[in-house]
Amino acid sequence: MRPGIVLRPAVILLLLALVLQPEWFEPVFAPLAPEGAPVIYARSSLLSLSLSHLGLVAAATAAATLVSVTLAILVTREAGAAFRPLSRTVTNMGQTFPPVAVLALTVPALGFGAGPTLVALFLYGLLPIFENSIAGLSTLPPATIEAARGLGLNRRQRLIQVELPLALPVILTGIRLSVVISLGTATIGSTVAARTLGEVIIAGLLTSNTAYVLQGGLIVGLFAVAVYDALTQLEARLARRSRATSTP
Amino acid sequence: MIEIDRITKVYNGAPAVDAVSMTAESGTITVIVGTSGSGKTTLLRMINRLEEPTSGEVRINGESTLSTKPHLLRRRIGYVIQGHGLFPHHTVARNIGAVPRLLNWPKDKIRARVDELLTLFSMEPEQFRDRFPAELSGGQQQRVGVARALASRPDLLLMDEPFGALDPIIRARAQDDLRQIQRALGSTIMLVTHDMEEAIRLGDRVAVMDEGSLVQHGSPAEIVARPASPFVADMVGGMERPLRLLSLVPLSEVVEDGDAPGDALPEDCSLRDALSACLWTGRTAVPVEREGALIGRVTLEAIRARAELSA
Amino acid sequence: MQTIATGDARHRVSPPGLLFAALGLAALFGPFMTLAANRIVAGEGVSIWAVAPPSLTLPGVVAVLLGLVLGLPAVWPRLRLLGAVLGLGGLLWLLAQGAPAMLEDGGDYARVSPAIGFWCLLTILMLLMADALAQLAPGPLMRGALLAAVLGALALILWSGALSPLSVMQEYSSRRSAFIDATARHLQLAFGSLATAAVIGFPIGILCHRDQRLRGTTLPALSFLQTIPSLAMFGIMIPILGWIGDTVPGAQAIGIAGIGFAPAFLALVLYSLLPVVANTVTGLAAAPPTAIEAARGMGMTPGQRLLRVELPLGMPVILTGLRIVLVQNIGLAVIAGLIGGGGYGTFVFQGLNQTATDLILLGALPTVALALVSAIVMDILVELTRPKATRTA
Repeated sequence: MRPGIVLRPAVILLLLALVLQPEWFEPVFAPLAPEGAPVIYARSSLLSLSLSHLGLVAAATAAATLVSVTLAILVTREAGAAFRPLSRTVTNMGQTFPPVAVLALTVPALGFGAGPTLVALFLYGLLPIFENSIAGLSTLPPATIEAARGLGLNRRQRLIQVELPLALPVILTGIRLSVVISLGTATIGSTVAARTLGEVIIAGLLTSNTAYVLQGGLIVGLFAVAVYDALTQLEARLARRSRATSTP
Repeated sequence: MIEIDRITKVYNGAPAVDAVSMTAESGTITVIVGTSGSGKTTLLRMINRLEEPTSGEVRINGESTLSTKPHLLRRRIGYVIQGHGLFPHHTVARNIGAVPRLLNWPKDKIRARVDELLTLFSMEPEQFRDRFPAELSGGQQQRVGVARALASRPDLLLMDEPFGALDPIIRARAQDDLRQIQRALGSTIMLVTHDMEEAIRLGDRVAVMDEGSLVQHGSPAEIVARPASPFVADMVGGMERPLRLLSLVPLSEVVEDGDAPGDALPEDCSLRDALSACLWTGRTAVPVEREGALIGRVTLEAIRARAELSA
Repeated sequence: MQTIATGDARHRVSPPGLLFAALGLAALFGPFMTLAANRIVAGEGVSIWAVAPPSLTLPGVVAVLLGLVLGLPAVWPRLRLLGAVLGLGGLLWLLAQGAPAMLEDGGDYARVSPAIGFWCLLTILMLLMADALAQLAPGPLMRGALLAAVLGALALILWSGALSPLSVMQEYSSRRSAFIDATARHLQLAFGSLATAAVIGFPIGILCHRDQRLRGTTLPALSFLQTIPSLAMFGIMIPILGWIGDTVPGAQAIGIAGIGFAPAFLALVLYSLLPVVANTVTGLAAAPPTAIEAARGMGMTPGQRLLRVELPLGMPVILTGLRIVLVQNIGLAVIAGLIGGGGYGTFVFQGLNQTATDLILLGALPTVALALVSAIVMDILVELTRPKATRTA
């Protein structure tokens, strides 16, 4: 992980600078802007757009996680097994429905703004979390489950004390995939007036200002890289812990 | 005839196989036995050039293996590995016909050959031809693996721990089958194993490898009776050596005139079987028969005399 | 299939079936269709009973209810499938009867559309169908036949004109040729970029499979491409292709320009490379190591090994990569509408600008349908390329 030591702070510093002090980058982006046009997006603070962008992604992912993990727990119990094919179909359809189409279809019902984006991100994010939760919960070492039963833990205790902690790294991988997809997809939300960094990109598209497009794209891309990296670290730490406690 | 001539393989400066030379007659089974890391598999893989020798060469019927392109050489040499390595997406027939197809045999010839081999391995062609490997038992998969290696009537059959994945009972049967088929076809086989029992049971000649060198090469009886080093003695299994030796001698070799009480043993049983029968039923001798007719007896004395030779 | 049937025999009622029935009953009370004075204003909801005279609505409502009830018994998946078909038939009947009846007293510019109640019932019955099919577990060919039957029925209904009074169909009839152009363009974007990405991605995947070092640099680079948000990717392509179009002689003649088709197409291709290459690498590595060793040992050349062992065994994974790309590109191609690249996105964004819901639907519904059908067809192909033994086992 040698490059990580240098790259990680570099990515975070660059990201902070782009969001908090965008005017520093004026000379960099200037050649890309049309003559006479503004170089740095100033119609709205990049910080507030970033926060709103991250907030939307966080809310949608939290909802998708809650629903997916609950569903996965339900269908891996004997009582809920009948719902397994149905849950698969629903989460699969969530990812087959194009997010732009979902946005467009929910606008009539929810109006312009954050609502349609939340729905689209939620639906699109379900599948990876659900599939990974199912995988995590149904591939636990049988010996461990037997031991937990042997110790006299009841079903609820087994779930909370043994199954969920063991499945957590795999579930987290699903959440990571979902978040990274959502960070990019959220930009599309700005086509229906959600406040995201997509606003900067769309402004660039509408005025043929590549400087805007790159600015918005770069910030979103760097967020994706940073979040991906942070969650990977967290997973590795959790996986190490569960390995360390399972060996003695 | 297979001649291995001072063949050497060096990995990162250390020899994995160090100037090994040996000769195997056509129509015999040579078993290369050794612990893991002894270089036995590397030696085998240098014969069909899955590993290129650092120096030395192998000659098959006088022709150096280095004179042909590796993939063309391999089509003339059968190769069987542990865990069979069958192609999971091909039927039994396509698996067996793989090398003939590489050699562009006509279709009907391949088909006839596949059926012939399936019959030889007592697998009904009608029933097994179109099955997939996943639909076979472990023993059947292994037989198909051997049949595939024999399909193009190769000059030589190389087998790397071919029975390693089988459970003991099926393994014993597979070993017997191999012996029988080898006799029937007159194939030349070089087989690698870590199991001395298997080496003694199957080999016409046994080659013992240790740390990249050939430490002893001889008939099973020689290996058991006169191990060349403490390592070989240890491989042969110390205390059990007399019993190993007895298991190599058929009753027909020591049968003497006279009679004995109790059930008779066929003459192709080993002295080990006779010893077991004596101890089990409290006899000092057992009668020996040939095709149902008594031809004499084998006494405990005689058995002891053969076992002492090795001491 | 046997095990599912016996496993569920304990509860006679299918739990999902019960859920569908409950949700379906609730949805019956929501507004089934809307009537609006013109194509822009919001409509007023009309309940399922009131869309047409009772003599016409009754058979439809009965069919929907019966469909939901037939979805209940756990042990007869065929009956559940029949129920779903019956229910969907009822929905279409209600739509076909309700639209002209409501238009009669609505005025010249009046528009009728399906409302939330219809969409909920449609979703519920489709899920019932999917659930019954999952229980029946039909083979890939059977699934193909079923898909063809459903599409055939849909085409027949649209062609018959029974749904023409609906607002979205009126949007269609006033833009027929634009719709056909958009469809052609959307297909070109989605399938063309898929084919291009496959042609570029397969060789790269095969090289990466062979060469560990190349894999170590190529895959991270392609992953990085994917972190660029799709919207920005389209945006970045505009100046690049614009510059090429202006400077390279003859480039504009073959359609390379800063706006329109070319930047959208290129963005989709770049976006598709990671799934194609990554799945090719994973697929080629899927062959059991012993089978590869055996192939080498029997004298196959590297090319023969690739064609006879690695590719056939990796095909399901490789096709899964193409499935991901196809479904993703059908969706992303909508964004092309934002940069003048054509396709269904044109209608979606026009509709959003004019707040004309039915124009949005005209773009979004075919996109969703195309994505769903493509996903199902690709799943069938993946299934067909799976080795037979593992398919049955």
